[in-house]
Amino acid sequence: MLKGRHLIEPSEFRIDELEEIFGLADSIIQKPENYSEICKNKLLASLFYEPSTRTKFSFDAAMLRLGGQVIGFSDPNTSSVAKGETLKDTIITISNYVDIVVVRHPQEGTAKLMSKYALVPVINAGDGGHQHPTQTLTDLLTIRHYKKSLKNHCIAVCGDLKFGRTIHSLVKAMHRYEGTKFIFISPEELRIPRYIKDLLDPDSYRETTSLDEAIGEADILYMSRVQRERFVSEYEYLRLKDYFILTPEKMLMAKEDMIVMHPLPRVNEIAEEVDDDKRAVYFHQAKFGMYVRMALIIKLLGLE
Amino acid sequence: MINVSRLKKGIVIDHIEAGHGYKIFSQLGLDELEDVVVLMRNVPSRKMGKKDLIKIETDINLDLTVLGLIDPNVTVNFVEDGVLLRKEKLQLPEVVEGILECKNPRCISKYQKIDDIKFYLIDRKTKEYRCEYCDTTTSF
Ligand SMILES: [Zn+2]
Repeated sequence: MLKGRHLIEPSEFRIDELEEIFGLADSIIQKPENYSEICKNKLLASLFYEPSTRTKFSFDAAMLRLGGQVIGFSDPNTSSVAKGETLKDTIITISNYVDIVVVRHPQEGTAKLMSKYALVPVINAGDGGHQHPTQTLTDLLTIRHYKKSLKNHCIAVCGDLKFGRTIHSLVKAMHRYEGTKFIFISPEELRIPRYIKDLLDPDSYRETTSLDEAIGEADILYMSRVQRERFVSEYEYLRLKDYFILTPEKMLMAKEDMIVMHPLPRVNEIAEEVDDDKRAVYFHQAKFGMYVRMALIIKLLGLE
Repeated sequence: MINVSRLKKGIVIDHIEAGHGYKIFSQLGLDELEDVVVLMRNVPSRKMGKKDLIKIETDINLDLTVLGLIDPNVTVNFVEDGVLLRKEKLQLPEVVEGILECKNPRCISKYQKIDDIKFYLIDRKTKEYRCEYCDTTTSF
């Protein structure tokens, strides 16, 4: 049962519970009109303690397309929450008004803290560099949609594997599925952390510094950006950022049915010419993000 | 010299690694106790070379969780009428509440007053605990 539950980190839902959400998302994609009033008279609070237009729009669009309504803020400085009220008091108060809460906050663990006192389900929409579970659900639904299943895939992840939260969550989520293999492609300096590798069967992954070498093997290529603020110096950033750029030439070496994913926004790690390739699905991910959030809201509210 | 060997009712914390006695003394809040408390430091020991030892003459039930954290090798002896009632070896607690502090400067517990942060044991060998909010590992 997902009714009344919170979603704070991606792995707290079991595989069969995720499947419930994805199955519902499939139905919504097929017949959105069947769900356009399911959240009538339901209210979602959207508490964004730091701006993230992309994520906020996705949740707002999801709730509105279900016939529900949204209240909230996207800049804490203009709202009363800035006036020294504790998060505990805020969430208890807001819980009285709404049916479900979405929270984004720059500090790690905030959604967990709020979920302890909330009287309604809380969805973590990002807590600093810590967790962003709906991004992971989006990635899983995208893979499931294009590859028809979440089992037996070779997933190549490329870029900043050391600091990339999205990638850590994806690896943790995908390793639970049977037959998953990983290829970690990164410069030496940005390798996937030990604690992630410790979760994996040693035969289920390998590491390389060459995108060229690995691309032919991949069923899914997950690209990520290299963030400037992660580096001690501008020189280091410039030296590493262009390390792995996906180009049409590299795409020639990839499987016919491989898909290229990216959490967006991209900087320059995928050449624009790749956008026209039918294997490039990154611009469609946002749509799956909205559908998976629609399914999640319905499930947590216990409406289906 | 004070005779500390006869305890009517109380606790003897033995086999404390030399130097840890004072830490335990303050963590248990023994300086606030009205009862007789003796901290002995650098006591010669056959097994350990040197050890610290604490004797507490009290009826109060002390929360000894913290002991397992500071020094899981100590022995706790419960004494009544000068007789040893039972001996307890300590273990690292699975969950610790309110003793550890999260080391992550970006953790919400650094910004909001939270009294009851739980830390979960993740590695017995390294004595590492995980913050329930941000998952950062920390040790005592
Ligand atoms: Zn923490």
